Amino acid sequence: MTISELGPGIEVDAPRRARAAQPRTVRAGFIPLVDASVLIVAAELGFAEREGVRLDLVKDVSWSNIRDRLAFRQFDVAHMLNPMPIASQLALGSNPFPVIAPFSLGLGGNAITLSVDLYRQMQEAAGLAGAEDAMANGRALKAIVEGRRARGEPMLAFAMTYPFSSHNYEFRYWMGAAGIHPDRDVRMVVVPPPLTADALLAGAIDGFCVGAPWNMLAVEAGVGRIVATKPDLWPSSPEKVIGVRHDWAELNRETLAQLIVALDAAARWCDEPGNRDILASILARPAYIGAPVEILKRVLSGEFTVDPNGTMRQVDDYFVFHRKLANFPFVSHALWTYSQMVRWGQTGLSAKGLAAATAAYRPDIYRAALAGRTTPLPLADSKREGEPNAVVPSDHGGVAMGPDAFCDGRLFDPAEIEAYIAGFEIHNRDCAPGDAVTADN
Amino acid sequence: MSQAPLRIVVIDENQVRAAILEDGLRAAGLTDLHIIRETTHLLRRIVAIDPDVVIIDLENPSRDVLEQMFQVSRMVSRPVAMFVDQSDTASIEAAIDAGVSAYIVDGLRKERVKPILDMTISRFNAFSRLQRELNEAKSALEDRKVIERAKGILMRTRGLSEEEAFVLLRQSAMNEKKKLAEIAQSVVTAASLFGG
Repeated sequence: MTISELGPGIEVDAPRRARAAQPRTVRAGFIPLVDASVLIVAAELGFAEREGVRLDLVKDVSWSNIRDRLAFRQFDVAHMLNPMPIASQLALGSNPFPVIAPFSLGLGGNAITLSVDLYRQMQEAAGLAGAEDAMANGRALKAIVEGRRARGEPMLAFAMTYPFSSHNYEFRYWMGAAGIHPDRDVRMVVVPPPLTADALLAGAIDGFCVGAPWNMLAVEAGVGRIVATKPDLWPSSPEKVIGVRHDWAELNRETLAQLIVALDAAARWCDEPGNRDILASILARPAYIGAPVEILKRVLSGEFTVDPNGTMRQVDDYFVFHRKLANFPFVSHALWTYSQMVRWGQTGLSAKGLAAATAAYRPDIYRAALAGRTTPLPLADSKREGEPNAVVPSDHGGVAMGPDAFCDGRLFDPAEIEAYIAGFEIHNRDCAPGDAVTADN
Repeated sequence: MSQAPLRIVVIDENQVRAAILEDGLRAAGLTDLHIIRETTHLLRRIVAIDPDVVIIDLENPSRDVLEQMFQVSRMVSRPVAMFVDQSDTASIEAAIDAGVSAYIVDGLRKERVKPILDMTISRFNAFSRLQRELNEAKSALEDRKVIERAKGILMRTRGLSEEEAFVLLRQSAMNEKKKLAEIAQSVVTAASLFGG
């Protein structure tokens, strides 16, 4: 397929360079998830090639591998969880090398799934009919957590995919908003995405927060009940980014700029509803996600089966690949992520930490690559997060962000980060880094 | 610094490779070895064993579970770090190339861990070599089978001797700059299409 045959959404800018003399090969690691779509489409449909970049995609099995293969030069760039570059700049975890994020791969895509049995208990305890919102489900979970404690039963175990992941912070945020302390009232464990449905079935965990398509697959397998989606918790929350070693970015400025132009065009293509069927069929290939094409189609359009009885729910903007400034690496996203790292005791709040978190996101590189093109560039690098119906000023006029509230109605103003963090009653700040919870797995 | 023998956990779902590594480590006198193949409740099991060194293959998605050890170090009595010493990137690069990663408890002297990592890398590489040779042997066997079938078809349909059939195949392969097995495969395919 060539770009001219790609159908709608291809209102394209001129290639960044008329014709690259020699296509530069860029090796990119990815994890098989729907939020790798932009990267996959850039390689698969020729967007990268048009910019003179030969995108060599390498599928991997763990975020730790992605991090290390990027650090040790087996990859030039990688599909990464947005907290990973921030953790690397803060030298948290076993991060061998600082990484930067010059491009966000879009918004949305996660959900929280509980075991069918746990949800049934919640229904009994709180009289849930099935159509309740994420917060009502959270309060029902709190009733169960308290009941178990009163009866001296073991804590529920909840899984996420990586300590520095949007999933970890989203799951915790939801629980915190419902009055549940994720480090004291339940056990938080790591389970790799492909193993989540099995772990739920085996009773090793009682719920998980993971990206698409794993929630839907757990529901289809008859073991899971979706109780919250990412847009329920915070519609424009950050998700995956392109991670780049800063030395590679320095030495390959032109190539990185060409890659960003290609990713921008691919993201625009992915966002076009008319292209979602083709996108689903590409993602379904074993080389990429290898999941049933019908499920991928429904995931992309936000048509959720939330329980094994087939209860349907339409989630608007479950995936946003390009609209709403979805690819701009907002520094406020990096700082919100840092605020949650501090809230949960992964690191302390300091001027140095703020500087490191800020340095992880590189809107300057994004701006330079896309200057003078059709994609709107916001006038500021940060915005207030969680403001419903905000209009963000850009060089192409105001961009309407839509309903963008946090599930608990808080606002995050990056200039007031200290007060924001202090405002959470449920937190783990007193816990020195490295001396965290008593979880086991 | 205790000089007690190091306790090592090896997490590898590949039984053959784990056995090759185990063999090497035992031969080096490292007998306090625990092999984990099943990764459910992985962290709990590691905590119970309380190892000095954890070795895990990179094909294992459960590697991310180990990252949690950095976050929940109260449960492991001693802090754990990935075998990353910025001054020794060559060795960690070699490990990643070989498809393996190691985590060690803090404070362990590098001289004590280095031989273990080196052994692991060389055994992982040996396993890859073995696997490659096995695949090559398998494909050589497949090639021989298809060549035999093609020869049989030519002998039957063209009335050739075995020697002549082979010469014909080899000549065609040379003319078309293809592998003998590829030409043989096309003979077999054509024969099935034409009902030969």
